[in-house]
Amino acid sequence: MKPNSFRWCCQVILGFILMSPTLSIGQENTAEDAFSAALSNLKAGSMQERGQAIEQLAAVQKPQATTVLQALLDGRLFTLKTDGQLVIGEEIETGYKLTDAKSAESLGIVERSATQKITVNNSLRTSLRKIIGRLQLNDDDSAVRLAAVSAMGKSVDDQSLAMLRGHLPMEQDESVQKAIKLILGQEQLNSADKTVRLAAIDLLKEQASQNVVNRLNELVEKDADGHYLEADSDVRNQAEAALSKINSQLQMYAGIETLFFGLSLGAVLVLAAIGLAITFGVMGVINMAHGELMMLGAYTTYVTQQLMPNHLGLSLAIAVPAAFIISALTGIVIERGIIRFLYGRPLETLLATFGVSLFLQQTVRSIFSPLNRSVATPEWMSGTLQINDFLSLTWNRLYILVFCLMVFVLLLQILKRTRLGLEVRAVAQNRNMAKAMGIPTGRVDALTFGLGSGIAGVAGVALSQITNVGPNLGQAYIVDSFMVVVFGGVGNLWGTLVAGFSLGIANKLLEPYAGAVLAKILVLVFIILFIQKRPRGLFPQQGRAVEG
Amino acid sequence: MLFKNDKATVWVLAVLAAISLIVPLCNLIFAPGSPLYFSAYTVSLLGKYTTFALLGMSLDLVWGYCGILALGHGAFFALGGYMMGMYLMRQIGNRGVYGDPLLPDFMVFLDWKELPWYWHGFDQFWFAAIMIVLVPGALAFLFGWLAFRSRVTGVYLSIITQALTYALLLAFFRNEMGFGGNNGLTDFKEILGFNIQSDAVRACLLMASGMILILAFLASRWVVNSKLGRVVRAIRDQEMRVRFLGYRVEMFKLWIFVFAAMLAGIAGALYVPQVGIINPSEFSPLNSLEIVIWVAIGGRGTLYGAIVGAVLVNYTKTLLTGWAPEIWLFFLGATFILVTVLLPDGLLGFWQRRLQEQK
Repeated sequence: MKPNSFRWCCQVILGFILMSPTLSIGQENTAEDAFSAALSNLKAGSMQERGQAIEQLAAVQKPQATTVLQALLDGRLFTLKTDGQLVIGEEIETGYKLTDAKSAESLGIVERSATQKITVNNSLRTSLRKIIGRLQLNDDDSAVRLAAVSAMGKSVDDQSLAMLRGHLPMEQDESVQKAIKLILGQEQLNSADKTVRLAAIDLLKEQASQNVVNRLNELVEKDADGHYLEADSDVRNQAEAALSKINSQLQMYAGIETLFFGLSLGAVLVLAAIGLAITFGVMGVINMAHGELMMLGAYTTYVTQQLMPNHLGLSLAIAVPAAFIISALTGIVIERGIIRFLYGRPLETLLATFGVSLFLQQTVRSIFSPLNRSVATPEWMSGTLQINDFLSLTWNRLYILVFCLMVFVLLLQILKRTRLGLEVRAVAQNRNMAKAMGIPTGRVDALTFGLGSGIAGVAGVALSQITNVGPNLGQAYIVDSFMVVVFGGVGNLWGTLVAGFSLGIANKLLEPYAGAVLAKILVLVFIILFIQKRPRGLFPQQGRAVEG
Repeated sequence: MLFKNDKATVWVLAVLAAISLIVPLCNLIFAPGSPLYFSAYTVSLLGKYTTFALLGMSLDLVWGYCGILALGHGAFFALGGYMMGMYLMRQIGNRGVYGDPLLPDFMVFLDWKELPWYWHGFDQFWFAAIMIVLVPGALAFLFGWLAFRSRVTGVYLSIITQALTYALLLAFFRNEMGFGGNNGLTDFKEILGFNIQSDAVRACLLMASGMILILAFLASRWVVNSKLGRVVRAIRDQEMRVRFLGYRVEMFKLWIFVFAAMLAGIAGALYVPQVGIINPSEFSPLNSLEIVIWVAIGGRGTLYGAIVGAVLVNYTKTLLTGWAPEIWLFFLGATFILVTVLLPDGLLGFWQRRLQEQK
């Protein structure tokens, strides 16, 4: 007798001895004992015995049993060399992180050499897969069932098909039902019965996925001589009809995707332009340093991230107010130091603020080096939101879209409901009258400029998440943001929003036909022509304030 | 007398004539080491400054005299430069790296089979010379006609001129445009049959640039002192009133804008053979803003102020970028701020006012 078998015999005997008093206690314990026994059997020497143990485990109605089987399939089930305890190991750098196979208790980390792997051969592996699939199909959690079905769908064989077919009538959950039908439908395309095949095509038509498209394409393919590979013309026509239906669906998805890309580009444009809409639109000040204020915001994000490298999300949350404050203070200094002497001379303001922008650029270049700095993206902002096989949206762009709308609403509320907003609007409408009413116009100017600059800083935080942070960051957006403000109509926040989104969408709509650069040029030319037609933008300001 | 009560103009003309004649001649006649010798470096530097002076002066016509702050004036300069570059490219002939008798190197590299239609004719200098004036002028005409007719003024006009040059920058970066993409046009061999690298040709180019600058200065002076020039200045000061008096404001603006664009195109054409390259970065909005600062520093509405400003700023740029490159942008930024806040009339205006106060 081999030592292993001997040990097994002893354990079985021991097991029965230990088990017998507990048998009477109840059903619960019977299951527990069956589980223990099956686990012990797993350690048996021959593959045949191991196979039986697997069947025993499969009969135990416990989630842990499935876990053990999965571990066995993955080659993660071990015995400890010291005491033969059955454990599940998870590979880490220093060895294995162990959990007890029976109780799922954590057992700490051991070196690789302290364990002995429980091996399985190919036929056992096949049956393991089947059993695990079956167990998962019967799981109470519909998400587990769905995962099991889609795992089976990846490599379809007769057994799993039979299993799915058997399971379908019992399945309650709709999405699992759908997934099963999809797999079965693809299989039925190969059927000899024409009606079955037609029905299958009908079924597949409703469930577009890359697999389905590939399968349907196979049906309408031609060989080198131009003959159809598929002999049956009814099936072919049906497949073609289904394909064209799916294609129109795909076109819709492509449309949605373009719309999304356009909206997200628009969101960036709106974020960049909305601060400008305040300084240019409300105050009539051309601030060429606006892009550099955004750059300051982006660098603030970089610095906060350097200060707390382990809390990416938190650093981003801190960066938003920090960037607002830094850019707003810089803006107030610019306003009090330079712009205030140049009111009523817009062209001179333009030149002076351009000087400021060069100054800020070179300052940043001297402090942080001219190279681009990379700002990390927190985990919850990276990756994509997968809606189906054909449509996925990137999280960071989705967040920026939401962020843009939040900033917009906030700004609108500030201008509408706060004292500052009231004063800002009053000064914008009629400076002298506002002054006569006792509004400190100088202070309001400074605060308005600070507000617009602060928003630029906040926009910079958002930009740091999608582009490189470098000294030229602001330059890339300044022309675009002026275009947005001018297109939307000066002094009108809603105009800026509409203009930003429509320019973003127009850009993305043109891109497939003209390429990215040409699309941008076309949009620029369009705006130049548009301003000729409507010099005051989409939503022009009305009233006396316009003249002058 | 022609220059009665205009000592400044006489001085400018004298200095310009002296530079454009004496420096190149001294460079050619005297041997290196002689105290009267001007190095080839000085000659090419002065040649570059001369073309910048012409460019600055052309902007002064639109900004100083007509009040249009064009932030895209560099576009006309670059276009003129590209026209000249195309001529010089065709003169390379089969001496390029790939040795193609017809196609410039970058087209061979892009695997193009034939010359694009807009490159035809540029093997003739007279054709290129016409185009140097015509293409910038046509663009200015189209743009100006659209903009002035619909009364786009002030900062709006400034911003769309900037958008214009930005759009051209993006366009010329594209290889498909057929202008060498990112690298632009370079590796020129000869101009009008003479080796473009030789000292004699460089001296001649400086001479030509100086002469053309003098001619352009006289022509511009004649224009601004004519009746048309007076209307243009009236438009700068009170556009509405001029319109109510029955003048067609947009036509005058268009005239001066196109004239200035043509001068800028000539400046670009003179610039390219002297520096040996033209690439899309000449279209960058920053370049156009630098032109504005030349004019602002020198003083607007004087013509010679722009010349002085262009030379002064570029000489400082040469010094600073050689000595401590990172200071250049600080300097430029500070200049923008100080000049607009403290010296609205530029250095010359400031100086003139001081002189008047002393009297």
